Amino acid sequence: MTQETVHAVTPLVRVQDLSVRFAGTPPVHAVNNVSFDLAPGEVLGILGESGSGKSVTLKTLLRLLPERKTKITGRVEVDGNDVLSLQGRALADHRGGVASMIFQDPALALDPVYTVGQQIAETVMRHEAISKSDAMTRALEMLELVRIPSAKRRLENYPHEMSGGMRQRAMIALALACRPKLLLADEPTTALDATVQIQILLLLRELQQEMGMGVIFVTHDIGVAVEVSDRLAVMYAGSFVETGSVRDVIRDARHPYSKGLLAANLVGAVPGTRLDAVPGAPPPLNALPEGCSFAPRCAHAEAACHASPLPVWTGADGRWARCVQASRTETLAKAEGQR
Amino acid sequence: MQQANPIMLSFILRRVLYTVPIMLGVSLVCFALVHISPGDPLVSILPPDASVELQEQMMAIYGFDKSYPEQFLRWLGLALQGDLGNSIASGRPVASEVLNAVGNTLVLAVTATIIGFTLGGLFGFVAGYFRDSWIDKLATAISVVGVSVPHYWLGMVMVIIFSVELRWLPATGAGPGGSSQWVWDWEHMQYLILPAVTMSVIPMGIVARTVRALVADILQQEFVSGLRAKGLLDRGVLAHVIKNAAPTALAVMGLQLGYLLGGSILIETVFSWPGTGFLLGQAIFQRDLPLLQGTILVLAMFFVILNLLVDVAQTSLDPRLQRG
Repeated sequence: MTQETVHAVTPLVRVQDLSVRFAGTPPVHAVNNVSFDLAPGEVLGILGESGSGKSVTLKTLLRLLPERKTKITGRVEVDGNDVLSLQGRALADHRGGVASMIFQDPALALDPVYTVGQQIAETVMRHEAISKSDAMTRALEMLELVRIPSAKRRLENYPHEMSGGMRQRAMIALALACRPKLLLADEPTTALDATVQIQILLLLRELQQEMGMGVIFVTHDIGVAVEVSDRLAVMYAGSFVETGSVRDVIRDARHPYSKGLLAANLVGAVPGTRLDAVPGAPPPLNALPEGCSFAPRCAHAEAACHASPLPVWTGADGRWARCVQASRTETLAKAEGQR
Repeated sequence: MQQANPIMLSFILRRVLYTVPIMLGVSLVCFALVHISPGDPLVSILPPDASVELQEQMMAIYGFDKSYPEQFLRWLGLALQGDLGNSIASGRPVASEVLNAVGNTLVLAVTATIIGFTLGGLFGFVAGYFRDSWIDKLATAISVVGVSVPHYWLGMVMVIIFSVELRWLPATGAGPGGSSQWVWDWEHMQYLILPAVTMSVIPMGIVARTVRALVADILQQEFVSGLRAKGLLDRGVLAHVIKNAAPTALAVMGLQLGYLLGGSILIETVFSWPGTGFLLGQAIFQRDLPLLQGTILVLAMFFVILNLLVDVAQTSLDPRLQRG
């Protein structure tokens, strides 16, 4: 993705200054001032550990969070719609029609007492004026599209009669049944065996290229994120700390948390040596520290890290990182280059 | 509902076969219970000063002189042919007495269950759907009162209000002129309203609490998020919640109907409703062994059959139960 296209195409998703608070004393700051754009057909990987707010961000795009207990501020635009102000039928049309979601564990996300065919057909009938038998035909096509063997027989299956990988394929078929422009994937391979994980990832990437939809892919697994994404966003304690193309972030991570995640990766580790795990644990979301949330765990923390607002370093191709030292490493690198 | 598939058929067959040993066991327990309990069965028909010969003669006529196993087998053999012996007190065949009473109790219990299940299901559903709202609190309060209030007391209060004060409905009996043959017309149905409403309060409370917990639990499950995420409107989601809650709610309703069929002695006595509870009360007080045995047996069989029906219905509604 070049810089021209970023500006030339109206983004499919535009999130500005999104914050999500959950009621409580003190309230939980699940997502803090998150902003990002997603171009049509682009794949954004949101990388972060459990509780970093990545799933909450994703659910906000479909407004799936419990309304009474959640306070959302900021602006979320998907395909020109102001998602946060959608109500009733318009909201229901948005869900599943414009944007749909694949859940982490399809064993929990599918209704146990309806057949897979019924569940897909029901979605199609909700969004399109189509007869029940035509909807079933569509369901069959979708199962074939996600390469479920003997798809016709599988239509009649209940979720518990399928294997984990098969269920996730069915979930993908359901999510794509109405040809959404945006697919939200919430750790879709985490609950699966490693071998099945690869198959599902390859399938997702293939379908994304075939159907050209935008994808936001949430994961805690760097390998997975790199495999599917065009761009990466690293999330920590409810905030994006670094964004950029996959290549840039992997090669030249600017935020110490991104560096820590990369260093903790098993791939390429030398047997017998200790992995560089990030010490400590994330701060509780109802008591975030002033300034950089990562500072308490950061080996390079200094006095400036505990003051807000934090400086944001920006680079080429929409790259940025929210870290006091990010620009300094650049000047260092430049200085080294000049020498 | 599923098509009748081979798995389902074999399940039903197996389940029906299971009931045979259960029924045998039930009949043994029922025979034993009646005979272990103290009291001379012939006390109600023999004069207090009857001679020993007369007593022995009567014992022989009713078969009480034989050993227990012999008595049991004889009773079981006759019961299998539909002959439950004759009532000692009235001399009439127990089978026809019980059958008539069962009919009346069925009318009462089924009506009460329908009222209770409809209201309880509704209250429970609304309470679970709007959990922690004022509607929930109101519905919960109603169901707690329903479970806790002594129903014979409620029955008497109802009689005082609607029969004595307002004179809208008859207080006791199952039909004009003390008739015990049930007919579905307004004349008779007037008599049904008070006992049925009184009785419905019990299953209503229990069903409401069960359904509330069920619905609240289902709404917490992730697939409901899944349903919303694919764009279903509230009524679409509602249909899914109902189908998920139905098997368990139905099982609870079946068990409640079972309890009402046998456990309505108090209400039937308060309203002089000529059903099994009323009959059971009579049999106990008169030590009418054949009548007592026969009534308990028939009630127990009802319970067994009802459990069978509930199991089958539940299995056909919930695909997850059809394996294994």
